[in-house]
Amino acid sequence: MTDFDVIVVGGGPAGCIAAYESAKAGLKTIILEKDRDIGYPVRCAEAIGEDGLRKFMETDPQWVAATIKYAQLHSPEGTAIRLDLPIENGLILHRRLFDFALAQRAAEAGSEVQTKAYVDGLIISDDQVKGVNYQYFGEKRSLTAKIVIGADGVESRVGRMAGLRTALKLSDTGSGYQVSVANVDVEQDVIDFYFGSKLAPSGYLWIFPKGEGMANIGLGVVGKGVKDVLAKDLLDKFLADRFPKAAVLTAVAGGIPLAKTLKKISTNGLMLIGDAARMANPVSGGGIISGMVAGRIAGQVAAEAIRTGDLSEKGLKAFPARWHKEVGRDYAIAHRISNSIRDVTDDQFNKMARELKDLPPEKLHIRKVFATAAKHKPKILLDITRAFAHL
Amino acid sequence: MIHVKDNKCDFCGTCVAVCPVDAIELREADIRIIHETCIDCDICVWVCPIDVLESQDAQVSND
Ligand SMILES: Cc1cc2nc3c(=O)[nH]c(=O)nc-3n(C[C@H](O)[C@H](O)[C@H](O)COP(=O)(O)OP(=O)(O)OC[C@H]3O[C@@H](n4cnc5c(N)ncnc54)[C@H](O)[C@@H]3O)c2cc1C
Ligand code: SF4
Ligand code: SF4
Repeated sequence: MTDFDVIVVGGGPAGCIAAYESAKAGLKTIILEKDRDIGYPVRCAEAIGEDGLRKFMETDPQWVAATIKYAQLHSPEGTAIRLDLPIENGLILHRRLFDFALAQRAAEAGSEVQTKAYVDGLIISDDQVKGVNYQYFGEKRSLTAKIVIGADGVESRVGRMAGLRTALKLSDTGSGYQVSVANVDVEQDVIDFYFGSKLAPSGYLWIFPKGEGMANIGLGVVGKGVKDVLAKDLLDKFLADRFPKAAVLTAVAGGIPLAKTLKKISTNGLMLIGDAARMANPVSGGGIISGMVAGRIAGQVAAEAIRTGDLSEKGLKAFPARWHKEVGRDYAIAHRISNSIRDVTDDQFNKMARELKDLPPEKLHIRKVFATAAKHKPKILLDITRAFAHL
Repeated sequence: MIHVKDNKCDFCGTCVAVCPVDAIELREADIRIIHETCIDCDICVWVCPIDVLESQDAQVSND
């Protein structure tokens, strides 16, 4: 018999939810996390919609650094457009605490957890994934399982070990850098987005409040532009210009997958979820909730496959089907939009912002922003209209 | 040949994500280029957010 029913590689939000679902279904489950800690380092701006979270659990106020009501967009020449969030509440999390809570929940449902457990190979025989090889505090070990779930983040290699094509295209990659700063005066119910070829070529810069006097300030540069600029240099310059008194308490680099979901996210005995499967929102880069959605589906499908005894790709076919139905299809549309937005020039951004600025506030909502964007870039009109049926 | 600058890497994995031939091994606080596999495409050099990787002339570094 196998050592475990389900092995989850990676203890991020996607992996923790998958392990929770699997353990809850009575399966012998383990999470293997390469780092010393679950939930740390935090390579994330920590924003989620409370409506998305509520599908999993009630919000614990301990995780919440700030509650957001408005999004403010800044054009390259400095026009600011303030919008009500299209969702009920935006939250800025303390992901360190949040990820911990997710792992705790998985553990309480019966899952084991090992940190300092780096997976460096898969056990494959008869074309079926049957377990993992890993280093636990550097010591070589292996474990067998009926199903392996790869939740190993943007840096995922588990898919590649099984022959899946997971390499991100440069045009679908955000090269990100973020600092968490103290001693800044930012509104605590607003998230700010700055656009422009000088600040963040083909990407954007964000300021998310993180409690009084604190903020996450970061940026992502997308696509070929990364050849000529460095995310860290751009952010350092912005900080020096706008927040010269800010003290940097945390600095992280991070890669943001802005791609369509991988063509193939499962094979015999293996499913890939979260950033590992390129399941983040290709417009915003947000991947916490979508990773959790995939984790839930994968955990449930693993339980069903083990119950029926069909561990082949065919036995797991409900996994890609449900993912694409619940999220993937919408994100494929979002991917097209994301490509169009990247081509918008500074001039076009400025023009749009000036036009929106003149509208009375009650007429200003996200829909209007997109309508204006569509006017200036008619070829994305169709995509945007379609996206609104879904996003 | 790709050279990893000393004490600069943040171990974020962006380079691993884009490498077309899986030639980068990243552990908790340890990064290695697998030179036998690397095809010197330089994508990892471009994508690194903090300029950790550099492309070096193989001849020069073999001296
Ligand atoms: C700068 C930045 C800002 C972001 N801001 C937001 C935001 O505001 N909102 C939002 O929703 N999303 C945001 N994201 C995206 C979000 O962080 C990810 O989508 C999310 O963390 C994905 O969850 P995951 O569980 O798939 O992967 P991760 O959270 O990355 O977890 C993967 C885990 O797997 C482990 N691992 C990797 N390889 C191995 C191995 N071989 N063996 C064992 N363990 C391994 C890693 O150590 C890691 O703990 C941001 C990303 C970045 C880089
Ligand atoms: S992208 Fe740069 S900082 Fe990130 S792991 Fe690679 S070399 Fe290190
Ligand atoms: S140069 Fe290309 S092949 Fe070599 S490690 Fe970097 S991305 Fe991989």
